[in-house]
Amino acid sequence: MSRRAAIEEAVLPPLVALLLAAVVGDLLILSFGQSPGAVFQLLLEGTWGNAYGFGQVLYKATTLVFTGLAVGLGLRAGLFNIGAESQLAAGGFCAALIGILLPAGIPALLCLPIYVLAAALGGGIVGAVPGVLKARFGAHEVIVTIMLNFIVLALLNYLTSAKIHVPDTLHTPELKSGALPRLGDAFAPFHGSAANSTILLAIVTAVALGWYLFRTRRGFELRAVGLQPHAAEYAGVNVAGVTWRALAVSGAIAGLGGLNYVLGYKHYYEEGFATGAGFLGIAVALVGRSHPVGIVLAALLFATLSQGGLAVNALVPKQMVDVLQAVVILAVSTSVPEVRRLLRGARRSNDS
Amino acid sequence: MSALNFLSQTLRIAVPYLLAAAGGVLSERAGLIGLTLEGYMLGGAFCAAAGSYAAGAAGMGAVAPWLGVLAAVLGGAALSMLYAASAIRFKADQIVVGIAVNLLAVGLTRFFLRLFFDSSSNSPRVPGFDVKGSGTGFVSLAHNPLVWIGVIMTPLVAWLLYRTPFGLRIRAVGEHPAAAASVGVPVVKVRYMAVALSGMIAGLGGAYLSLDQHQFTDGMTAGRGFIALAAIIFGRWNPLLAGLACLLFASAETLQIQLQGTQMIPSQFVEMIPYVLTIIALAGLVGRASAPAALGKTTTE
Repeated sequence: MSRRAAIEEAVLPPLVALLLAAVVGDLLILSFGQSPGAVFQLLLEGTWGNAYGFGQVLYKATTLVFTGLAVGLGLRAGLFNIGAESQLAAGGFCAALIGILLPAGIPALLCLPIYVLAAALGGGIVGAVPGVLKARFGAHEVIVTIMLNFIVLALLNYLTSAKIHVPDTLHTPELKSGALPRLGDAFAPFHGSAANSTILLAIVTAVALGWYLFRTRRGFELRAVGLQPHAAEYAGVNVAGVTWRALAVSGAIAGLGGLNYVLGYKHYYEEGFATGAGFLGIAVALVGRSHPVGIVLAALLFATLSQGGLAVNALVPKQMVDVLQAVVILAVSTSVPEVRRLLRGARRSNDS
Repeated sequence: MSALNFLSQTLRIAVPYLLAAAGGVLSERAGLIGLTLEGYMLGGAFCAAAGSYAAGAAGMGAVAPWLGVLAAVLGGAALSMLYAASAIRFKADQIVVGIAVNLLAVGLTRFFLRLFFDSSSNSPRVPGFDVKGSGTGFVSLAHNPLVWIGVIMTPLVAWLLYRTPFGLRIRAVGEHPAAAASVGVPVVKVRYMAVALSGMIAGLGGAYLSLDQHQFTDGMTAGRGFIALAAIIFGRWNPLLAGLACLLFASAETLQIQLQGTQMIPSQFVEMIPYVLTIIALAGLVGRASAPAALGKTTTE
């Protein structure tokens, strides 16, 4: 396939999907008796149009980059990680736990590696469970990760509410040292928004994952298993090993996302902070075609939609955005095979 | 708390599971993953509340909840057709569109909750099936036709699946679609029909929830569709065993409610039971749970 054809196949489906989402959005807005133009203008003004809104977009995008990369890594290995939701929560929980144990006054730069390790370990363990069950017993990772979401969230809920919460709240005590600066501290216009320096960690993770997938032998093996496990096995790849490692690393990346909330924003673990981010990570990975660059762009898109919902709430219910996000996923997943088929058909008729 | 009370409480909790699992078995045995049961139930719960409310406001009295039930069946069917068309016609990945359909159900119910009832949390009170002075326990349950439908649905689906030509076709397209097609089974049509039925039956489960509580609340299914999916897997894709699993999960929940306040077992650990059992079943630690061979594979044909 030519390079141009490959780019067409990668770019057209998301465009078709956005177009379809815009049409559905128009219909919903009209059903509420508002003008679509005014609503979309308000959506843009409330997100990219001012520093606070943009900061909120960046904050939400940061979490989605982590969960999107986590799901994308799994997809590259032919595995579906639906557990990003609980892996994210477990990562945040472990970081908050370390934050309670560390004494006050340690410089943030010294604490950071410890927090990164804790969050990655928390998410990684939750990810390794379906990995091992799949590699050892052939248990389908989709069902296991769904079930684990409920189990892990219930467990964290128990630990928080029964053991370590601050009385009369649903969150843990604040961490004593190692909180990361917010963007508002360095750039005054961002003041008040939750955007923080975890965004740098997200970019580093995206670059590192791209390097791992496309520049290392392990990454090549992982993609080979994703494309054709039998061929990979025949070529000498340890498929079971790749499987459980991929899901463990996927979980670790999702776990890092917990730092955005715990280190960068609230400085404690609170029940439900991860709600929805795991499932949106699936949408992000899908729209971003499991490529780090695509995932970062898709994370910005979905973050813009969720923040935009709040911006337009005065005109139309912010719940409209939930519908649009679902429509984007549906449209992308149905249009990828369809666009590919149409493009190939068009090319064939051009050739003849 | 008497044994009779325990049983009636268990049945009350089990009805939506029984309905969703019975519907889900049909879809899964035809090769389409029942990830969307949660969405069908949520959509059904909302449609039932909206239909019953509208009919009640129009002065239809005792017929109102029945119109709600009809709306729930239609709502579940609409969502399931969206799922089936995406997975079969457009060859999209079942898991991806399944998640999208669930998100869509959440989004649409929230949006229409605002549009129709101007609320972001719940609908107003809607007519249900209960009769004044019908008492508690089994007496009150017996007044609710959806309880009867829920109890009958499991054996009905088992009969359909194992004793009718249509059931044989469903099982054939779920196990080996190519072989089924070669003997003249219309694979695509059978799959659409199985998924439509699953949407309708799971929609009934949603209707039970909102009509029993006389209102729709945002996210009221609270993972019940996934518990039904767990029951299907734990019941090894056999409708009768899946029904038993529903009763097992429901009795664990009843136990949790009765133990509340005694601090014997934290409620969170009881919540985990269905999910832990399902993982154990999937890992093959208690016998082999083998899924229909063509489950999830509508993209490659």
